Amino acid sequence: MTGGPPVDGGGTVGSGGAAGDWPPVGGAAGGPGWWGTERVSVRYGRRLALDQVTFQARPGQVSAVVGGDGAGRSTLLRCLGGALAPSSGTVRRPPRRDVGYLPASSGIYPDLTVAENLAFRAAAYQLPAAVAAERSAAFLARAGLTAARDRLAGRLSGGMRQKLGVIAAMLTSPALLVLDEPTTGVDPVSRADLWSLIARAAADGAAVVVATSYLDEAERAAHVLVLDAGSQLAVGTPDQIVAAMPGQLRVSDTPPSDADRPYAWRRAGRWRIWDPGGAAVGPPAQPDLQDAVTVGILGRELAAARAGGLAGTAPRAGER
Amino acid sequence: MGGQPGVPGALAECVAVSRRFGGFTAVDRVDLAIGPGEVVGLLGANGAGKTTLIRMLLGLLPASAGQVRLFGGPPSRPARRRLGYVPQGLGLYDDLTPAENLAFTAAVFGTGRAAAGGGPSAGGRPGADGRPSADGAEVGPAGAVREYGRELVGDLPLGVQRRVAFAAALQHHPDLLILDEPTSGVDPLARARLWETIAAAAAAGAGVLVTTHYLDEAEECGRLVIMADGRVVAEGSAAEITGGRRVSVVEAGSWAAALDALEAAGLPAALAGRTLRVPGAGPAEVARALGAVPARVSEAPATLEERFFELTLPAAQ
Repeated sequence: MTGGPPVDGGGTVGSGGAAGDWPPVGGAAGGPGWWGTERVSVRYGRRLALDQVTFQARPGQVSAVVGGDGAGRSTLLRCLGGALAPSSGTVRRPPRRDVGYLPASSGIYPDLTVAENLAFRAAAYQLPAAVAAERSAAFLARAGLTAARDRLAGRLSGGMRQKLGVIAAMLTSPALLVLDEPTTGVDPVSRADLWSLIARAAADGAAVVVATSYLDEAERAAHVLVLDAGSQLAVGTPDQIVAAMPGQLRVSDTPPSDADRPYAWRRAGRWRIWDPGGAAVGPPAQPDLQDAVTVGILGRELAAARAGGLAGTAPRAGER
Repeated sequence: MGGQPGVPGALAECVAVSRRFGGFTAVDRVDLAIGPGEVVGLLGANGAGKTTLIRMLLGLLPASAGQVRLFGGPPSRPARRRLGYVPQGLGLYDDLTPAENLAFTAAVFGTGRAAAGGGPSAGGRPGADGRPSADGAEVGPAGAVREYGRELVGDLPLGVQRRVAFAAALQHHPDLLILDEPTSGVDPLARARLWETIAAAAAAGAGVLVTTHYLDEAEECGRLVIMADGRVVAEGSAAEITGGRRVSVVEAGSWAAALDALEAAGLPAALAGRTLRVPGAGPAEVARALGAVPARVSEAPATLEERFFELTLPAAQ
């Protein structure tokens, strides 16, 4: 484990201690204790895609960026990967050759074979041939892709393509590895292979940033940023985010009453009902990260609806 | 098995169904039945045969052997009218508005209704109507159609597109819903809302067959069918499938060192939070593999995901 608690948004981080057990590799030695963003905003025309987002990824750790479609995950990762300059704020990242970035779209060449994709990447980064061969073989074996090395990348299944993309991004031992939704739409078996690769990269000292819509994956991360509609909903360790959830949650086997309905959602065949004031009637539920994130999004939706004058309900006690 | 119908009252049924492509058997002697009001989850890795099976149920692909029945007969065109289908790619027209998409689908299904607002639900059948949420809008699929009525589907966020696809599939009040990864890539609240729609359809009497890669969603399904290499390898509730299996759990100061030691011993481990979970090896064996790495080893019940790997991985290798 790395030392010290993760630092929540806006704080200053001393160098050295943040790196923990695994010092930064590549060109990061002597760099900051973290990579990330400080109050970064991105505008696409009139739309504010990211609003003052501060995020820190530390060497040797997996950091997760979660949120739904349109939350701003890809925009943040494009900034970290160097594919997009922010409208304002600061991005702290290593030199380009020390960043491994897998965009949400492709990241591989469909007309090259698996082996050619990796050889091309290694050559572009001037990785010594022997090192490239050894690392390629090890990563392909870990991902269960050894038998596919001579297949065209464009002919691979979605899961295999994603695994190849992650291997290509981590081939050069980057100090910062930025992976945009490597596991979305990927079957559970390939998902496990991908997480094995991700864990390996972090264990080898990279600061790994993974965007995902799977909250169970985010639970594995040391540090989590939850985005909603371009701004930060929560940040910290999974435990910190759960502990910071406002109000209380209860679980019900029967559908909620009309009064509870706006505060209720379905999960695993049962109902969760949020009481913002914390005076829940009935057995309280022990929330997990998925509950905490759902409460965050729901709270925002309710507040936005009221601000828009559409509200049919008054806020409950304790609701912000 | 021959021509004997296996399950009385089944909406859709496969009896010893196989499908071969040349020398490759994509679906291998599968039995499956979906009854009214039932939510059946179809799980499996990519290439397990789920999509081929769905294509046969939809009548898009003939079976090489065995029988496929939809509402008691072959999957004919009239039978397909009683079916609602949301494909993985959603099947919407990007250049039409949500309302135009719905009107077009309604015309195809011969329901003859210009469903500009999704239309009211009728006759107790699951419709596209939603319930009011706190903002007075609707959280259900039809709300999306009303809210974004004038924009082109291609310009809408993915979560909204999914709600439109649901509205299109539900507007003719189908008896059977077939949903191929309906919740991929949306936030947890939006996912919960889609499952509320699915559960409401089932409560109103529709049968539902749903594929998902989120194994935590499997709890929403009354029954699970797990496929690997074209065959059904397990069937039952999540609890039945998980059974009493256990895994070893490793808490180590440095999970990287523990991971290395376990890998060196040939024990595949998965990272869960800051702990490592090792299926298929008891605590004693795991402790031996860890050797000098300081760690605490305990045991825990296997998750559905871990049981899933146990069931499907031997087949994949």
